[in-house]
Amino acid sequence: MSGPTPVDGLPGVDPRDSRVLDVPAAPGDRGGDGPGDAAGDAAGDATGETRRWHVLDTAARLAGLGVEPVGTLLAVHGNPTWSYLWRALLARTVADAAAGRPAWRVVAVDQLELGFSERTGRRRDLAQRLADLSALTDALGLSGPGATGPVVTVGHDWGGVVSLGWAVRHPEVLAGVVTLNTAVHHPLGDPLPAPLRLATARGVLASATRRTTAFLDVTLALARRPPLPDEVRAAYRAPYAGPAGGPHRRDGIAGFVADIPADATHPSRPALDEIADGVARLTVPALVLWGPRDPVFTERYLDDLVDRLPHARVHRYVGAGHLLAEEVPYADAVAAFVAEEVAPSVARPGPAGPSTADLAGRTDGGDAAGAAAPAGAPAPFVPLWRALDERADDDGPAVLDLSVRRRGAPLTVSWRRLAGTVRALAAGLDAAGVRRGQRVQLLVPPGPTLTALVYACLRLGAVVVVADAGLGVRGLSRAVRASWPDVLVAAEPGLLAARALGWPGRRVSAVGLPAAARAALGVETTVAGLVAVGRVRLAAGLPLPAEPGADDPAAVLHTSGSTGPAKGVRYTHGQLAAMRDVVRDHFGIGPRTGLVTGFAPFALLGPAFGTRSVTPVMDVSAPRTLTARAVADAVRAADGRVVFLSPAAIRNVVATAGELGEADREALGRVTTFLSTGAPIAEPLLAAAAALMPGAVPHTPYGMTECLLVTDVTLEGVRAAAGAPDGGVCVGVPIGPARVRIAPLDEGGRAVGAAATTPGVLGEVVVSAPHLKDGYDRLWLTDREAARDVSDAEGARVGAGPRWHRTGDVGHLDDEGRLWIEGRLAHVLTTAVGPVAPVAAETAAETVPGVRRAALVGVGPAGVQVPVVVVEPEAGSSLARSRTGPLRGRSPLAPAELVAAVRAAVGPDRAGVPVVAVLVADTLPTDVRHNSKVDRARLAAWAARVLAGDPVRRP
Amino acid sequence: MNGTVLVTGASGFLGRATAGALLTAGYAVRTLQRRPGGVPGADDVLGSVTDPAALARAVDGVDAVVHLAAKVSLAGDPAQFAAVNVGGTRALLDAARDAGVRDVVHVSSPSVAHAGTALVGVDAGPADPVGARGEYARTKAAAERLALAADGPDLRVVAVRPHLVWGPGDPQLVARVLDRAARGRLPLLDHGTALVDSTYVDNAADAFVAALRRLDVTHGQAYVVTNGEPRTIADLLGGMCRAAGVREPRWSVPAGAARAAGALVEAVWARRPGTDEPPMTRFLAEQLSTAHWFDQRRTRADLAWTPAVTVDEGLDRLAHAVRG
Repeated sequence: MSGPTPVDGLPGVDPRDSRVLDVPAAPGDRGGDGPGDAAGDAAGDATGETRRWHVLDTAARLAGLGVEPVGTLLAVHGNPTWSYLWRALLARTVADAAAGRPAWRVVAVDQLELGFSERTGRRRDLAQRLADLSALTDALGLSGPGATGPVVTVGHDWGGVVSLGWAVRHPEVLAGVVTLNTAVHHPLGDPLPAPLRLATARGVLASATRRTTAFLDVTLALARRPPLPDEVRAAYRAPYAGPAGGPHRRDGIAGFVADIPADATHPSRPALDEIADGVARLTVPALVLWGPRDPVFTERYLDDLVDRLPHARVHRYVGAGHLLAEEVPYADAVAAFVAEEVAPSVARPGPAGPSTADLAGRTDGGDAAGAAAPAGAPAPFVPLWRALDERADDDGPAVLDLSVRRRGAPLTVSWRRLAGTVRALAAGLDAAGVRRGQRVQLLVPPGPTLTALVYACLRLGAVVVVADAGLGVRGLSRAVRASWPDVLVAAEPGLLAARALGWPGRRVSAVGLPAAARAALGVETTVAGLVAVGRVRLAAGLPLPAEPGADDPAAVLHTSGSTGPAKGVRYTHGQLAAMRDVVRDHFGIGPRTGLVTGFAPFALLGPAFGTRSVTPVMDVSAPRTLTARAVADAVRAADGRVVFLSPAAIRNVVATAGELGEADREALGRVTTFLSTGAPIAEPLLAAAAALMPGAVPHTPYGMTECLLVTDVTLEGVRAAAGAPDGGVCVGVPIGPARVRIAPLDEGGRAVGAAATTPGVLGEVVVSAPHLKDGYDRLWLTDREAARDVSDAEGARVGAGPRWHRTGDVGHLDDEGRLWIEGRLAHVLTTAVGPVAPVAAETAAETVPGVRRAALVGVGPAGVQVPVVVVEPEAGSSLARSRTGPLRGRSPLAPAELVAAVRAAVGPDRAGVPVVAVLVADTLPTDVRHNSKVDRARLAAWAARVLAGDPVRRP
Repeated sequence: MNGTVLVTGASGFLGRATAGALLTAGYAVRTLQRRPGGVPGADDVLGSVTDPAALARAVDGVDAVVHLAAKVSLAGDPAQFAAVNVGGTRALLDAARDAGVRDVVHVSSPSVAHAGTALVGVDAGPADPVGARGEYARTKAAAERLALAADGPDLRVVAVRPHLVWGPGDPQLVARVLDRAARGRLPLLDHGTALVDSTYVDNAADAFVAALRRLDVTHGQAYVVTNGEPRTIADLLGGMCRAAGVREPRWSVPAGAARAAGALVEAVWARRPGTDEPPMTRFLAEQLSTAHWFDQRRTRADLAWTPAVTVDEGLDRLAHAVRG
C-alpha cells in the first residue's frame, strides 16, 4: 500500500495492513430497505450502492514474506473500540509466519459506523450487522461462492456476538471460534448490568455516547492492569475525535449501546436468540477467554457460553477485566489454540469442522498421551459409591463424628443409614432439577452431612465443588466465582456469605432454618427436605438417573493457594476411583481397618474404602487444634487401625502427648498405619509421633491437590536416607502406578530440559498417574503450562500431553529411584554459579542450636542473586531471649556467633551454599491453610529491603 | 621475564601489594611515589605524578603502567583533588604515549558511578563526573574517562575499580574502623544492615595483574573488582573488630540523622582551617547505610581471575597481623 493511511503513526500497528474497500451494500442496507429486513431480501447488487470499509489485513505482509496462509482469523471488535484492538494478534501471526511457522492471515474489520469505516447515518441492528459483515467477507473471498476457507472467528464484546453470528451462518468455511468477554444470551427479565442500564437510559444515552466521549473513556478506563498508555488511548480515540469528526462520528457508539436487546420486543432479540441457539450446535474447536473483572459482562455470561460450548477451551485471566486484549497476552493464547486445536482439523481433507467425537478424543490426550499412559491394563472402573451400595444392609458404623454428641454418645451413622440417605439425597437433588454435569458447591464442614452430600452428587453425576474455609472469605469468594456453581449447599455462615457477596447458584441449606431466615437467605430447600422428597420418590419406585461413567466429570477441588492463587482442579469419576484404589492398596486399608482422620480429602474417602471412618474432636478448619487425647478417643471409638493427620495436627498431637493416660496409650498402640498428609515432615517429628503409636508403620507421602499421592516413604526409609549425601527431603519412591521424572533447570532457573530419570540432576518434578487430575478448571493456559514433554533415561522423547503434570516443585532422583524434594521452582535462587534450591540449606541451618525454622531466600537481580538465611528462633533459646526487652532485638541481623554457625552449617563444605547474611524473624510467615509452608516470597522481599539498608523491622 | 611495569602510588597500601603481586608474577617492577616505596626488589623513582620530569624518568623503558597514585580523602581542597587525580592521570597518559608504553591499567573506584542510591547486583556503570558523590569520586570519574578515551591501537587501557579494599596494614578503612571502635565511637547506621561488597587487598592486586595480562580482551572497558562475598556492614566491621580484638560497634543511629549530620559537618569543615578529616560526611553516611554489591560475572570471565583469599581468610590474616 502506498500513500497515507488512517493508522499512520499509531503505536503498535503496521500501516501496510490498513486497507479501505468499497463493498456492495448488504441486503437491507439500500435505499428503501428498513433495518431488520435483511433476511427477506434477495442477495445482489442491483442498486450499485456501496459501503466503504476500513480493515487491517495482513495479506500484503504475508505475501511480502512469500508465504501462503493456511487460513484466516476474522477479528471483530466490540463497542466502542475498532480494529486497533487486534494489533497484537496481527503482529504475532506475522511474526510466526516470518519464523517459518504456519501462516494465518488476520482480517480485523472496523464495523460500519465505527472506527474508520463509513458513517452511513443508518441505525444498524444485529441482523443488519451480520449481513454487513457477510457482504464484506464475500467481497474478500472469505465467504460465498469460491471461498477458500478455513476461517476462525475472533470477537470481543458485542463484536463477539457478531463474529459468532457470522460463524453460525458460514459452517462451510468455519474452522474455529475465539471469544474474549462475549455474551450471546441475555435472559429475559434479568436487568441489564448497571453500567449499561445507565448508558441506555434516555437522555443519558445521547449525552454519554454521542455528545461526549464519556462512554469511550469509561471503556478505555476498564483496562486497569496496567492503565493504557496515553498514546494508546489517543489511538482508540483517533476515529472519533477531532474537529473534522464532530459528534456524528460517534453516532455508531450510541447506536450500538441502544442495540442491546434487554427485552423480548427489542428488534435485535430474534437475531440474538438465533445466534445463541446456533452457538450451542457448533462443534468446531472453540476458545473462550475471559477477564473476570468486567462490570458489564459478568461471569454468568461466561457460564452460559461454556454451557453452550462444552468442548471449548476456557481460560479465565484472574485479575484481568473487560479490555482483555489490552491487559493480557491473548495473542499468544490464540496462536497456541490455532496451532494445536484448529490446525490439526483443517489439515485433514473434507469439511473444516471436526466432529464432537474428534474433540472428545483430543480432550483425553490424543495419540501422544496414549503412548505416555502408564503401562499395564487399567483396572475396571468401580465407582466411589459402590461400597455404599454393597453395605446397604449393614447396621455397623460407617461414619462417626466425635465433635458432635447425641444423647451423650458420638454421632454415629450406620452403613444402612448412610447408603439410604445418599440414595434419597440423590433422588431429592434429581427431583429439584439438579442434572448430571451441573456443579454443586459444598460449603459444609466435614462430617456425616458433607459425606452424604458428596456421595449423593457423585452418584447423580453432579460435579462436587470443594473449596475449604481455610482460604478465607476473599479466597473462597474468588473460588466460588471461578467455578460458578449451579447449586450452593452451605450451613448458615456460608449462606450469609453467599448472600452478602452475591455468589452464584441456587441455595440449599445444610441445616434446618426458620422460614424467615430461609427467605432472607434465598434458600430454596434444605438437605433434610431433599432427603425427604427423595425418600418419597424412591418409595414410589422412581428410579435414580443412570450412573455416570468413568470419564464423566466428578469434582472440582481448589488448591490451597499456598503455592500461588487458588486454582480449581477437575477430576473425573475414573480418576477419583483410581485415587481410592492407590490409597487402599498402598496403605492396606480394608473393611476392618477403620480410618481416623481430620484431613478433609481423606476423611471423605472412608466410605469409598468400605471402612468406618471417624473424625476426632477438633476444629476441622484449624488442624493444629487436634490433641493427642482426641486422637486416642477416636481410635478407641472406631477401633481404628489407620490414622491420617496433617503436619500441623501432628505437631500439636506430639506437643500434647503428656495428657495421654494409660488407656489412651494402649489404644494408640493398636494403630498399624500412620500417615502425615498434606506436606512431608521431618524425621524428628515423624519419630515423635511414631513413639505414640509404637505398633504403627509411619508414612510421610508426597503429593499435591493435582495428584494426591505421588511417592511415599516410611520412617525407616527416612532414616535410611539420612545417611545419603543428597540434599533436600527424601520423599521416597513412586506409589503404585505413579511415575516421576525430572525436568532439568537452566541457568535462569527455568525448567526447560526434557524430563528424565537421570539420577542427581536438579530439576522440576514431573508426575503421571491414573489418579492425576483431569485438568485445571477454566484455566486452559495453565493446563498447557503444567503439561510437559517427558523423555526416557536416554533422553529420547517417549510422550507428552496432559497426562504428565509439572508440579512446580524442584528436586532430584537418586541412584535408588528415591525422590528428593528441594523446594519450589518459584523459590529457586539464580546465583552467579547457577540455580540453587532452598531446602537442603534450610535443613542444614535447622541443625544449628536455637534455630526452630530456617528459610533460604535470594536477594538481588536474577542471575546474580546472593543467598540469605532467615531464621526463626526456638522458643526459650538464648537467641529468642536476646530479642525481648524494650531496646534489644531491634536489629533484624543475627548475632555474630549465629551467623558463623549458620555459615558453617550450610556453607561450601556442607550444603554448598555461600550465605552472605543471616537475618532473624521472630516468626516466619506461613500460609493460612496448612500453617506449614513458609512464605518465601514475602521473606525474600523483606530481606531485600533490609539488606538494601531500608529501616524495616518485621517480615 | 614478562617485561617491566611501572606502579604509581606504590607507597600506598594497595600500591605496595600491587608491586609485590607483579614481582611474584615475574615482572620487573619500577615504582613512582613521593616517599620511598619500600618494595624490596623494585626499582624506586621518587616524584609526583604531577611532575612531568619525574614521569618521563619513570616511564622510560617500561612496557606497562599500573596507575594507582591519587588523592584519597573524604574532604579537602577541590583544586588539589583535580590536580592530582585528573591532572596526574592526563600527565601520566601523555608521558606513557611519548615513551612508547603499550599497556595501562588505570585503577579507579566504583564510586565513580555511584550517585548515592543502593547498588544491588549491578555491573560497572559508566563513570559519571557530575553525578558521583564527593570530590574524590568526581575527580576519579573524570580521570577514568580520560584513561579509557586514551585506549587505542598503540596504547591499550583498562580501568579496574576495586571496591572497599582492606587487609593488614590498611591505614584507611581498617585503621579508622579499629581506632574508632576502640574508643567506643563507631556507631552503625540503621544497625548496619546494608549489604556491601569488599575486596581483600591481595585479591585486588591479583586482579590488576590479571587485567594487564588480559588486555587483549579487557582494553577500553571498566571492571568492578570485589571478593564476590557481600556482607552486611555490621558483619564486616564486626569481623574486623573481632579480628583485631577491639570492641564491636554496639550502638546504632538512624541513617537519615547521620546524613543530616554529615551535611552539617561538611559545611563546617569547608569554612574551618586545617587539613584533618571530618568525622562524618554525606558520602560516608551513604556508603555506610546503603547496599552496594556487584555482578562479578563479566569481570571474572574477562579477567580469567577469581579471588584467592576469602573474607574469612582475610580476617584471619588480619588477626595474625594485629596480634602478631
